[in-house]
Amino acid sequence: MWSRRRGSLMPAGCGLEELRRRRREREAVLRKARREQQLISKRLLRDDAPGEAEEGCVAMILGEAEIQQFLRLAQRGTEEKERERALVSLRRGLQHPETQQTFIWLEGSMRTLVGLLTSNQALLQLEAARCLHELSHSEQSAVAEACLPATSYLLTYLSGHSSDFIELCLYTLGNLIVESEAVRRQLLPQGIVPALAACIQSPHLTVLEALGYALSQLLQAKEAPEKIIPSVLASTLPQHMLRLLQPGPKLNLGVAMEFAWCLHYITCSQVNNDLLITHGALSTLGLLLLDLAGAVQRTEDAGLELLACPVLRCLSNLLTEAAVEAVGGQMQLRDERVVAALFILLEFFLWKQPSLLPEGLWLLNNLTANSPSFCTSLLSLDLIQPLLQLLPVSNVVSILVLTVLCNIAEKGPAYCQHLWPGPLLPSLLDTLAFSDTEVVGQSLELLQLLFLYQPEAAQAFLQQSGLQALERHEETQLQDRVHALQQIALHG
Amino acid sequence: MQLPPALHARLAGAPGAAEPLPVERNPKAGAAPFRFMARLVRFPREHEFFEEGDVQRHLYLQDVLTQVAGEPEKPRVPEFTCQVAGCCQVFDALEDYEHHYHTLHRNVCSFCKRAFPSGHLLDVHILEWHDSLFQILSERQDMYQCLVEGCTEKFKTSKDRKDHLVNRHLYPVDFRFDKPRKTRSLATPQVTVQVSAEALGADWEQSEGDAMEGCSEPASERRTCGHRIPPIICFGQGASRGFKSTKKRNKHQ
Repeated sequence: MWSRRRGSLMPAGCGLEELRRRRREREAVLRKARREQQLISKRLLRDDAPGEAEEGCVAMILGEAEIQQFLRLAQRGTEEKERERALVSLRRGLQHPETQQTFIWLEGSMRTLVGLLTSNQALLQLEAARCLHELSHSEQSAVAEACLPATSYLLTYLSGHSSDFIELCLYTLGNLIVESEAVRRQLLPQGIVPALAACIQSPHLTVLEALGYALSQLLQAKEAPEKIIPSVLASTLPQHMLRLLQPGPKLNLGVAMEFAWCLHYITCSQVNNDLLITHGALSTLGLLLLDLAGAVQRTEDAGLELLACPVLRCLSNLLTEAAVEAVGGQMQLRDERVVAALFILLEFFLWKQPSLLPEGLWLLNNLTANSPSFCTSLLSLDLIQPLLQLLPVSNVVSILVLTVLCNIAEKGPAYCQHLWPGPLLPSLLDTLAFSDTEVVGQSLELLQLLFLYQPEAAQAFLQQSGLQALERHEETQLQDRVHALQQIALHG
Repeated sequence: MQLPPALHARLAGAPGAAEPLPVERNPKAGAAPFRFMARLVRFPREHEFFEEGDVQRHLYLQDVLTQVAGEPEKPRVPEFTCQVAGCCQVFDALEDYEHHYHTLHRNVCSFCKRAFPSGHLLDVHILEWHDSLFQILSERQDMYQCLVEGCTEKFKTSKDRKDHLVNRHLYPVDFRFDKPRKTRSLATPQVTVQVSAEALGADWEQSEGDAMEGCSEPASERRTCGHRIPPIICFGQGASRGFKSTKKRNKHQ
């Protein structure tokens, strides 16, 4: 069911430790870029680690004369194989930034390349497209913008039939999209959105994955909420995206991942989430969540967390929309299997990628905040203890866990009766020892609710040296709440 | 994290939920100095909350794109020839053949043998180049449709359409799939133009003419190829075609 197209992503000849080290480096670079809001910069899309070149295909710097010669051979060579080889040599050279620069400044070079791209020689066309793809990887806007004359053709070819070629065109477009607003300003009037809407009906998984990539880059653009997302929402793309996210035997991990991220960029831009809800987004994503939890139990497939993450984000954001109520409390919103699935995913994250725990807990908050039903499910499915086990992970996680517990406690005595007696109080006494003010503050809130609705808990608190635990915060910014809580504990 | 053993069974069970416990709030809850309120939280695009997940996503993309840009691996097969009449291209890789077939033989005009990148462009071509009724109608109404997917505009002349493509859709002035119709007699199938690769190479460079001619192999080579296409290759209907609807066929003289 969860078929995966791509093979192993590990480059040959790399030790595990080396891989880990390199990955940490890449992560650090990306994190910095994200903070500077530069995450979609082209520079970061290609892992430029040296030594990953394929055997015998080292990128050579080509000079003007060589480029011209290859182009001439490709155009006018007598033998087809000779012409193809010339383009292959050009492509290899274009892996090098210097060659790219030389190429774009050489008069007529792009025109020739576009000519080859649109020629009737199929194999030359393919090689020319690969050259263009190589150029699209450049970190320099000038190079990406030099590819502008080709975009109308790339879009035209999206309605063709050769899946390899279409895939290449899509990745090229995706790369060009990232690099500059000038490119996007041209692609939109050229009809990229309708072209993608037509192409998304392709049955080829490789094409779909590439399309998802290109679309995700388009949706991440700075100007997307105003200039791009409205037309995407007005097209048939949302329905197709949701179709490709339906759980079932045809669900493909690579494809689903791309479109889940697309959906995330749309929902978090808050342009018209109600429309997505009318198309059944909540229902589809809810079912997908259940499916993911099932898959996580069965396999240790790398990458499931990469699909879970955007699904959780979309659900969380969509749940905040008013339209949710209007759609009449869809079944999934009352289905306690969603809670079960979420906890299975939380456990998976704890093992595989703890940094994603906050995202899961965010959904848990949005599920429980206004829902007696989900709060009851947490209690009846015996999930308080597992939730408490997450407290030591990090401050962010602690705050979220405590918030969810507050969501339950604030619903009244019937709920608090299930919170105490139990493991909650000892855990809270532990969190009072934390140094983080927000964590302690949230613990105080929870204690107030607990004491209010379950007065015996206050007695137990006192007996377990609760007052001493509170004392250490008497002189801090928490003092108002600390004093109030001391009063409640002592006098009820 | 230890999940209760019944949880996995619950996931696999039927949809539904237990009756919710009764809600009963006390006004003192969350009263000053306390401030808790259960509320839905939403995060906008650039929020730092998304940092971790975004970084992981990007790491994944880096791997994917490095793979995509890598040297394409083409499993080689014993040489075979394209079986379309008049075409003798030889191939040793299935991907190459697939692309060749779709580029040259899939959307081919049966009248003039030109190949087009898509069914849509082929339809427009047949209509505008080979349908005499089109010529008559276009004198009275706007018949030249915009080539961009999703744009429903129509124009009186092919020049007006080109202007629209250039100004509204930012298309190149010399867009190769929008050539004005040459004045030849209509609806008579053209003889397949057999040209050598070299002449073609020069051809597209200079003239604004026929972008996608048909088969490029000289006639003399036609008989010498005998290799069969591997039987697993099947592209469905793909022969050249003319008018595709009966409605048009009736009007075609």
